[in-house]
Amino acid sequence: MAIQVEVSTRNGITVVTVAGEIDGGSAPGLQSQVLPLLQQNGALVLDLAGVTYMSSAGLRVLLLLYRQAVARNGRVALAGVAETIKDTMAVTGFLKFFAVAGTVDQALTTLQQA
Amino acid sequence: MDTRIDFYPTHQHQGYKLRPGRPVPFGATLVPGGVNFAICSRYATSCTLVLFEKGASTPLVEIPIPEVFRIGNTWCMVVFDLDYERIEYGYRMEGPWDPRVGHRFDSSKILLDPYAKAIGGRDVWGEPPDWNDPYPHRARLIFEDFDWEDDRPLETPLADLVIYELHARSFTRHSSAEVKHPGTYAGLMAKIPYLKELGVNCVELMPIFEFDEFENSRPNPVTGETMYNYWGYSTVGFFAPKAGYAATGPLGMQVDEFKNLVKELHRNGIEIILDVVFNHTAEGNEQGPTLSFRGIDNQTYYMLTPEGYYFNFSGCGNTLNCNNPIVRMMVLDCLRYWAAEYHIDGFRFDLAAILGRDPWGAPMPNPPLLESLAFDPILAKCKLIAEAWDAGGLYQVGSFPAYGRWAEWNGKYRDDIRRFLKGDEGMIPALAQRLQGSPDLYGWNRRGPTASINFITCHDGFTLYDLFAYNYKHNEANGEQNRDGGDDNHSWNCGAEGETDNSEVHALRQRMIKNALAILLMSHGVPMILMGDEVGRTQRGNNNTYCHDNDLNWFDWSLLERNTGLFHFARQMIAFRKTHPLLRAREHLGISAVQADFIWHGVHAWNADWSPGSRTVAFMLRERQAGQGGNTNPVLYMALNAYWDALPFQLPELPINYRWHLFANTALSSPHDIYEPGHEIPLEPYQDSFLVGGRAVVILVGRP
Repeated sequence: MAIQVEVSTRNGITVVTVAGEIDGGSAPGLQSQVLPLLQQNGALVLDLAGVTYMSSAGLRVLLLLYRQAVARNGRVALAGVAETIKDTMAVTGFLKFFAVAGTVDQALTTLQQA
Repeated sequence: MDTRIDFYPTHQHQGYKLRPGRPVPFGATLVPGGVNFAICSRYATSCTLVLFEKGASTPLVEIPIPEVFRIGNTWCMVVFDLDYERIEYGYRMEGPWDPRVGHRFDSSKILLDPYAKAIGGRDVWGEPPDWNDPYPHRARLIFEDFDWEDDRPLETPLADLVIYELHARSFTRHSSAEVKHPGTYAGLMAKIPYLKELGVNCVELMPIFEFDEFENSRPNPVTGETMYNYWGYSTVGFFAPKAGYAATGPLGMQVDEFKNLVKELHRNGIEIILDVVFNHTAEGNEQGPTLSFRGIDNQTYYMLTPEGYYFNFSGCGNTLNCNNPIVRMMVLDCLRYWAAEYHIDGFRFDLAAILGRDPWGAPMPNPPLLESLAFDPILAKCKLIAEAWDAGGLYQVGSFPAYGRWAEWNGKYRDDIRRFLKGDEGMIPALAQRLQGSPDLYGWNRRGPTASINFITCHDGFTLYDLFAYNYKHNEANGEQNRDGGDDNHSWNCGAEGETDNSEVHALRQRMIKNALAILLMSHGVPMILMGDEVGRTQRGNNNTYCHDNDLNWFDWSLLERNTGLFHFARQMIAFRKTHPLLRAREHLGISAVQADFIWHGVHAWNADWSPGSRTVAFMLRERQAGQGGNTNPVLYMALNAYWDALPFQLPELPINYRWHLFANTALSSPHDIYEPGHEIPLEPYQDSFLVGGRAVVILVGRP
């Protein structure tokens, strides 16, 4: 399953918009696209409003991004995560690592305040 | 990694790229670029890896493991470029079919890896399976990269534990639980605040290794409802958490969900002990299905009669051959895996006496498996708890081979306390032993009080409410004309069998439950409370609810409002135990520990009545230096009256400047029956006796 990834910058913060299904097939590609975008002390918003399915491998990419960002003294916020995916993340312990916002604008506000 | 030579395949089969694998670790392990598969069999002549797309009924490919990949009796192979999330795997084994010498190879069967770490096929609890699936329980691949942060097992001293035995589904399946994911690990996680409020610091989960709830499932002859293998004492895979207990089971994420539960329990100061069933497997006897062990190496995994039939020391058809070196290694690998990978704090071994039998069934004086577990460096801080008997008649309470490590479910504690409570004569000497942590069982060998897991109720038998609501078991719902389940319940219905409008009977039951909780939490040893006993959960007199997925097992949370007084009492008793180190002795007083004493009293102070007709006793727990030289530590006193009338108990004298305070009196009704520790009610300074109600207990604290 292919996914679409778009990168933009808003208020100096990188926003990655992802659409499609993130699973074992698409996760490695997502990882290789997003990892290089992490900068020292930088912030990143992952807009997942267009993601309809996230497998275990997908959640692992998110956590890996978070860990890499922390190692660079940076921050990651998730925006627009579907309820079912958010619920899976809560139950499996992935959710609490992230700042989670309803929209990209809210995510930007969160990161700017932090 | 791709600079490593072994990153590249050497062989191929139908487009699948392969190379020789590593023999250990057994099971399927993710390695750079692929998956390492390793499985052993002593008598198989060949082995084929069978790969499926998730859920597919026909294989994606069958890869005969090249003979050159075999090392000893182990077949090992790396397969490259597999999508971990979409693959299920199994094996076919060729070998002799000769049941008389124990061989039951059948290459028409697809076999589950004994080391499978996740198992599909029963992803959603109770969803009827495809009975024609050639591979019903399907091994899956998992990531083992859970982010534990700084979590590790809590290593709470055994003497400080208050164990709460629960069933992962029953705990939150009832609609009254009001959790988002009823009957799951996630549901249990949502109820952690309740466990904290109650004050328990350890949960013991009934089996959560993958099992088949449809094993021997059948319609209830009366109601038509499906009766399941509900409790799960019948393991399909020892390394895999039950998927049907996970909210994320349909996504195959039960491993992460369960680990997250462990992490959250630990974060709240609560340990987790698993009830593990190594005495038999789900394959039954020669009539049973061939799922895994039977087809991989029947003669190794099972205890067989000289004629090749299955010994049945478990009462469940077969007996795992625990003291065969291969099986011993599997059990050790399994427990190490749960301790290291899941941060499990301890294990309770179902029918553990079987673990001490040799391959021909004879009890061994120095069983290698029990010794290995006791001395293992990875399990070194884990609690090891034996159910020290089996269905073959071996009863080892007090004599289980312990190696300084093993504790036991103390069945004698349960029986003696029950008999005292219901008013049997002649129980005072036994009661005194049980209160002291059973020095008669665990003192002579210096095992100490923590060898005794004290319980009055557990999943087997009556709940605490039913213990005082039924003289007889009522197991008709199990469909065996009330023949199943134990008859030696030592229960008493308090004057009416089952539910009644009689308010006196009701009040007496409440008091009896409080008496039991008070004794349990005042006893030396390690208390274990059965789920729901703190709010009077009933199974309507059924003492063997192994097959019911309904409110016979489910925790009805509305009881928390209806029996709020019981909950309050249980909570304060637990808090009291935590407050007073005197109640959590590491050693038997008078045997190993000399700084404090049990001092026995009766209705007359300093003069306990040990005679056969006696139903009363009292004891004082006191540090020898209490009240002297600046030691102001409290003195505890408990009076137990199982006689039906109130009796005045003469109180022993306290050190100068000490005064008695009332902590608990079960003769009174809530909220006057118990006080918050530290806020007990002082008695008048001149009060030298206490009227203890009929069938009641009183607990006093003496302090300055």
